[in-house]
Amino acid sequence: MTGEATPSATVAATSATAGAGARAVALAATEVSKSYGPIVALDRVSIDVAAGDCLALIGESGSGKTTLLRCLNRMVDPDRGTVTVDAQSTRDVDPVRLRRHIGYVPQDGGLLPHWSVRRNVALVPRLLGDPDPAARAADALRLVGFEPDEVGGRRPRTLSGGQRQRVALARALAARPGVVLLDEPFGALDAITRAELQDGFRRLRAELGMTVVLVTHDIREACALADHVAVMQHGRVHQVGTPRALRDEPATPYVARLMAGA
Amino acid sequence: MRARRDGPRAGPSRRWLIALVPWVALVVVGASRRPTARHDEPAAVRRPIIVASKPFGESFILAELFAQLLEAHGRRVERRPGLGATELDYSALRAGSIDCYPEYTGTGLLAILHAPMGTDARAVFDAVLTGSMSRDSIRWLPPLGFQNRYAVAVRRATADSLHLVTLDDLARAGHALRAGFTADFIGRPDGLPALARAYGLHLGRVDALGQALKYQALASGAVDVIDGYSTDGLLARYDLVVLTDNRQIFPPYEAAAVVGAALQRDDPDAIVVLTELSGVLDEARMRELNRRLEVDGTPVATLAHDALQSLGLARRIAPSPSGRSPDGVAPTGDAPSTDRQAGLWGYLVAERGHLLALTARHLTLVLVSLGVAIVTMLPAALLLARAPRRAGVALGAVGALQTVPGIALLAFMIPLFGIGVGPALVALILYSLYPILRNAYVGIREADPGAVDAAVAVGMSPSQVLLEVRLPLAAPVIMAGIRTAAVLAVGTATLAAFIGAGGLGEPIVTGLALADTRMILSGAIPAAGLALVVDGLLALVERRLVAST
Repeated sequence: MTGEATPSATVAATSATAGAGARAVALAATEVSKSYGPIVALDRVSIDVAAGDCLALIGESGSGKTTLLRCLNRMVDPDRGTVTVDAQSTRDVDPVRLRRHIGYVPQDGGLLPHWSVRRNVALVPRLLGDPDPAARAADALRLVGFEPDEVGGRRPRTLSGGQRQRVALARALAARPGVVLLDEPFGALDAITRAELQDGFRRLRAELGMTVVLVTHDIREACALADHVAVMQHGRVHQVGTPRALRDEPATPYVARLMAGA
Repeated sequence: MRARRDGPRAGPSRRWLIALVPWVALVVVGASRRPTARHDEPAAVRRPIIVASKPFGESFILAELFAQLLEAHGRRVERRPGLGATELDYSALRAGSIDCYPEYTGTGLLAILHAPMGTDARAVFDAVLTGSMSRDSIRWLPPLGFQNRYAVAVRRATADSLHLVTLDDLARAGHALRAGFTADFIGRPDGLPALARAYGLHLGRVDALGQALKYQALASGAVDVIDGYSTDGLLARYDLVVLTDNRQIFPPYEAAAVVGAALQRDDPDAIVVLTELSGVLDEARMRELNRRLEVDGTPVATLAHDALQSLGLARRIAPSPSGRSPDGVAPTGDAPSTDRQAGLWGYLVAERGHLLALTARHLTLVLVSLGVAIVTMLPAALLLARAPRRAGVALGAVGALQTVPGIALLAFMIPLFGIGVGPALVALILYSLYPILRNAYVGIREADPGAVDAAVAVGMSPSQVLLEVRLPLAAPVIMAGIRTAAVLAVGTATLAAFIGAGGLGEPIVTGLALADTRMILSGAIPAAGLALVVDGLLALVERRLVAST
């Protein structure tokens, strides 16, 4: 693949989301750049996500999609550019406090292996000082289809991969954050389990209405789950738009080739 | 082998010394067994005199002679038998941790003062006398009257068939013989290298053998030539022939008491008492004493008592001397007195009280040092986990400690902490640091990266991540480090016996010195058992710890 992305792609991205309507922007990254030594991970990337919207970041390994996601909860601090959450620059917020208000699901679930499922799910409510973290955990486990008393006392390693991802999702949702970040949450699962979890995820979004940023390398998953898709390559955004817009009006040959596989 | 009886001498260098340190002159002049008023002062007025020995039979006997003679003159004596090697004893003397121990002039010249070698006994004595006094304020008393020099020995049958009398003869026939020498003898410039140089000696084969094993190896025919010491009691037991050093290349090893600065200052008359032994012990008498100790198993206390009686120095000695010192660490008491023919089991049963006390001391040394190491190294690992750059330096430094040989570490301890339980604990703690710190650091640093990353990403603070995630995830690795340190400490604590801290090393050190396998095993078997028990208990702790997190 060649570097077909141009600065005009970011312009397109901004206009695409601006066209999404009058809903407030919940998340925005503006001209964000990040390098690791000589390697440019992000090169003046701009995206924004409307409240309640789901944006999928898609690209190959090394495209910068995970780095961009981690800039949103300050797991990575960009070299240049700004990130805002609810119109507040994340630079002005203590990163630990910021992260407690943003749900997070990594690919392997990231459950703490020495803790029970209940303690894992109750973690964020506890960190936020909730008076009854166990109740929040039980609610969250029910949301993802578990009977809390059945799995609550188990260790993560006694669960299947799909069950672990559901627990991870429950942990991300337990404190009912307005924003949830998912980093290839279903990437390591078999096709059937993945389809089940994708269905469950769609239902949860409909029910809870949270803002979501989802990293994936699977264009079908992106189109199935997200309202908008940002196509990334070599640390730049080729195009941001609805799946239909990307299919009908691909901004670059790279986007066109990608959408042909959807 | 020439048994030299050198009485008090006054050479030019002596006069120089007298001019330099006038009060030393009083001691030398007073060497003629002149009773003084202070002998009759109540013993309680003075502090106890600490008499040490090196860990071998002859040194035990000589130290006990010093001790009983001092006691006969109203002194209280604290015995520290089997204290370390030359460096340990000499450092302890210099540091004032002990007052007196038996040493050899050749050792003083070569190993302590690192002076050029000499073969004239008188010149060597003068050299160590002035050298030790001017450098360390340590005084060599006039020699006891015998030498314990290197002796190259063969079986009588070998000597007869090959007509071996001198080392020149050995050089002629040596190419067909197998030698078993101590590593010390092989390496020391005045040992095998000197033999090779002076006699052109080339042996068919040279193997390094432990001090305690070589006589058995020679008697059984496993080797044909060994190095020994001219007063070894086992020379007589195995009917061996000592080959004459006809070119006189071995340095003289005259035995003498060495006395530290504190005793010279506090109780000069005690030194006068000790000089009563100067020039009265000849080589035959010493060899016989060694034989009775090493072959018959006669207690050291009895040997010393008998020797003082027969030398006419026992005027005030009580009829039945008590061999064991008050703190019970002296190997001079009942241990060798039990019947040498009784089996190992019978020996263990007979010694069970003593062995239990030693085991308790051993366990205390291990647990205290381990506890201190854990309490200091876990927080250190937590701190270092947040500063990996400093961690490299810190781990390197602590790891370097681990490479210091145990006996050398103990030697470093003496000038700083003296002898006894304190420095032994410090040394054991230093040895426990590395496995605990290393494992804790690595365990914390490399705790499941996915889990740690997620813990950060959901908003745990750095200290919460460290204490609630990294530390518990590292628990099995940390426990593995603690178990390693514990088992190492049980083994290393046997070295504590070298600096008078007791423990199961005591029968091992003494048994090695006396070539008494039973005594060695009576320390080694409980030590091995202790290692297994400690490791097993920690395994239980580990299981509970992992289950509870």
